[in-house]
Amino acid sequence: MSEITPEIVAEHGLSADEWKLCLEIMGREPNLNELGIFSVMWSEHCSYKSSKKWLKTLPTEAPWVICGPGENAGIIDIGDNQAIIFKMESHNHPSYIEPYQGAATGIGGILRDVFTMGARPICNLNALRFGEPDHEKTRHLVSGVVEGIGGYGNCVGVPTVAGECEFHKSYNGNNLVNAMAVGLADADNIFYSAAAGVGNPVVYFGSKTGRDGIHGATMASAEFTEDSEEKRPTVQVGDPFTEKLLIEATLELMKTGSIVAIQDMGAAGLTSSSFEMASKGGVGVELELDQVPMREEGMTPYELMLSESQERMLVILKPGMEDVAKAVMDKWDLEFAVIGKLTDTGNMVLKWNGEVVGDLPIDPLALASPEYDRPWVKTERPAEVKAADVESNVGRIDALKTLISHPNMASKRWIWEQYDHMVMGDTVGRPGGDSALVRVHGTNKGVAVTSDCTPRYCYQDPFEGGKQIVAETYRNITAVGAVPMAVTDNLNFGNPERPEIMGQIVGCIEGIGEACRTLNYPIVSGNVSLYNETNGTGILPTPTLGAVGLIQNIDDAASVAFKKEGQAIVVLGETTGWLGASRYLEVLCGREEGAPPPVDLDQELKTGNFVREQILAGVETCHDISDGGLAVALAEMAMAGNIGCSVDIPTNVDQAYAWLFGEDQGRYIVTIDADKAGAFVIKAGEAGVVANIIGQTGGSDVVLGGESVSVADLKDLHESWMPDYMAAGE
Amino acid sequence: MKAAVIVFPGSNCDRDMMVGIEHSLGRKPEMVWHKETELPDVDFIAVPGGFSYGDYLRCGAMSAHSPIMREVVKKANQGVRVLGVCNGFQILTEAGLLPGVLMRNAKLRFICKDVHLKVENAETEFTNKYSAGQAIRVPVAHHDGNFFADDETLAALEGNGQVAFRYCDAAGNVTDDANINGSRNNIAGILNEKKNVLGMMPHPERLCDTQLGGTDGKPMFDALVEALS
Repeated sequence: MSEITPEIVAEHGLSADEWKLCLEIMGREPNLNELGIFSVMWSEHCSYKSSKKWLKTLPTEAPWVICGPGENAGIIDIGDNQAIIFKMESHNHPSYIEPYQGAATGIGGILRDVFTMGARPICNLNALRFGEPDHEKTRHLVSGVVEGIGGYGNCVGVPTVAGECEFHKSYNGNNLVNAMAVGLADADNIFYSAAAGVGNPVVYFGSKTGRDGIHGATMASAEFTEDSEEKRPTVQVGDPFTEKLLIEATLELMKTGSIVAIQDMGAAGLTSSSFEMASKGGVGVELELDQVPMREEGMTPYELMLSESQERMLVILKPGMEDVAKAVMDKWDLEFAVIGKLTDTGNMVLKWNGEVVGDLPIDPLALASPEYDRPWVKTERPAEVKAADVESNVGRIDALKTLISHPNMASKRWIWEQYDHMVMGDTVGRPGGDSALVRVHGTNKGVAVTSDCTPRYCYQDPFEGGKQIVAETYRNITAVGAVPMAVTDNLNFGNPERPEIMGQIVGCIEGIGEACRTLNYPIVSGNVSLYNETNGTGILPTPTLGAVGLIQNIDDAASVAFKKEGQAIVVLGETTGWLGASRYLEVLCGREEGAPPPVDLDQELKTGNFVREQILAGVETCHDISDGGLAVALAEMAMAGNIGCSVDIPTNVDQAYAWLFGEDQGRYIVTIDADKAGAFVIKAGEAGVVANIIGQTGGSDVVLGGESVSVADLKDLHESWMPDYMAAGE
Repeated sequence: MKAAVIVFPGSNCDRDMMVGIEHSLGRKPEMVWHKETELPDVDFIAVPGGFSYGDYLRCGAMSAHSPIMREVVKKANQGVRVLGVCNGFQILTEAGLLPGVLMRNAKLRFICKDVHLKVENAETEFTNKYSAGQAIRVPVAHHDGNFFADDETLAALEGNGQVAFRYCDAAGNVTDDANINGSRNNIAGILNEKKNVLGMMPHPERLCDTQLGGTDGKPMFDALVEALS
């Protein structure tokens, strides 16, 4: 074994203090195998050392939460002995280096997190953020990432039903690929990762182990530099066909009653899975590394422990159940090997052909996992932008056309038509709505899913921005008629060692926490991705949230499309014309500035409850108002239903563009039969919700205060940006 | 009707097909694992979509050599009705039950969306609940659906009424714009000469349920159930 030089320590990403602690725990100098394990277990990616202090402040409990953060994914109870298991995770760095495989393996990893716990995956979502469209790398990255997600998700046969895609210069050198998987399990048949039972066999199944992805977790914990592309060999290669077999084999194995504990091998591979299982169970583990199925000859214990080869699982079996488990793996043509056993030593002992090549104490290493209280500075809330101070030389129709065909607001059909969003036969609400709606197989219940983030708000005011993301997911779930139940967070930020970035992290987490507490909407799982910087320039703070809601009867669900002519259009919530940090200000005035709109969480709850009640009582059309304000929301409803509308701008409004394009929060648009609209407004008032009738549906044009544009023209503009942009690169 | 659905490693529309058949039949078909060497006593076999063996080789090429496929071919030759959808269609061409080949889509991208199909032959046991020339709406979800056959084969298919469906617009016009994947003659589905084997890229089993947005796929399974009861 080679001597450990300071250079080797540095290559493993350990700071001087961490190295000292490592020596203390070991009581001697570790060998290379052991150092490698310290390195990955203490990496930011695995240890959350910068964010842990703040993550602990998030609300994670509710009566319907079966399992919160700390396991592979979060679990909520949806009644009838059914549970939804879900999580979102980033694969940002690998997707920038090798977009197809980086994105593909992101899907594979998040799916494993969900089926590891006993769920059949029922849908995928993804939130993508790329650099400016005209940046030289963007088109290539979009194309590769979308193809990678499709290539993997389509092959495993899990529908990709929702997501988002935005462009901003801050992502030029560091795109974001956040993937969420949602699964359905029997609430009384959930599997956890805590190992138990001294002597029980440690079993490996799935693909063989190769040399791919060694040190992926440490790569994801450092800033990018010009030579990051040399790290390409650390990107793993996905095999969705094996993943499909792995899903079926794992779920079949789970029916045999042979499993004590199970965990997938994700970041930091065998190290992290075996270490975490033993640590959680308070047991020791002994691994015979020469028994690991290997893809090539000449692999070393170091490589076997750190490989991030995909589609592999680790399971602790009940005694004597090896044959039962092996028969399942034989049926599915997967590798199966007993690679060790649990012990009572509290140590992880690694053997290679009988010889001990590593021996580490588990608890001391896990408990000493660093936790930093990094210095941070609060982001000061910028001044508000007064509508009267916004110069507006553009007519309202031209402004609307510009907005709906802007890269960030144009239809993303080009993307989601490359994803099989219907396989499994339960996609009731397809992509393009506020939330996708997936039927719980064999029932009339529906699971509503969405992912959201408004990075430009978070950048201006992390706290209000954090609140707004939670509220936006809440509205998107509500707008289809479902009850928002729980959230998964995927926190993407720059370098936490910079106090202003740390301030963004703290502010966003505090905002998210406050909103989740008020809305009784716990965070049940999540992932943190830091160091999203290239050459010292950070991304916009992007804490993406994925949310899940439940509707008891999917036949009650509402959708965004206008459905009938002559209905009254009612706006719920107050419109003041807030233009700070709005799309209008950014796109039409070239100003990325101003305080973002505040979110009144108590009002959010009232309005949300009212909207849901009304949908269950028969309202069929509902859309929340977000980017681009009222005008864009109306255009989206018109385009989805191929029915126009006409709205009048209230006479007491000073700046029509602020009323039309302002992004005041907490608002929804619903349509009501004209003869019932008056009563509806009164009912809303009684529920403490501001309601205004602003116009009616009908015709083939969208008419805003007398100026009009045809729905067909809007659709052309809205649908053509993305295909034209991508075609220009072919 | 006694129905079976073949399940390959990597099939992923097997459950969808089961549910689609169940809507019309009122009971579940038998699910048959590809390693089986015998088929149960059936009069209808469905080969579902997916990515059998990952489709890392030519789509369907591996599955065509699965043990169960020898039985499927035998039954097909005895007149048992066989439906291959998407990857199932690819497998049937690789197994020699249907002519032609499915190449990569003309635009090289995976396509998932509802398309319209013109019913070309409404006189088969698969299609007789549709009317000739009718435009039905059915989803596609594939990367390799670009049907190719040489001129002679194509002429034979056209001449024998073996073209079951063509991609068309909502009004039933067979246009270049409607040809989503570059298939020759806009072909979306073909029959064998005896008309007991149908292969098609679109997924009728995905639209048999109003909750999923349509039922244009259901008449195909209704027709089979009626013919085979």
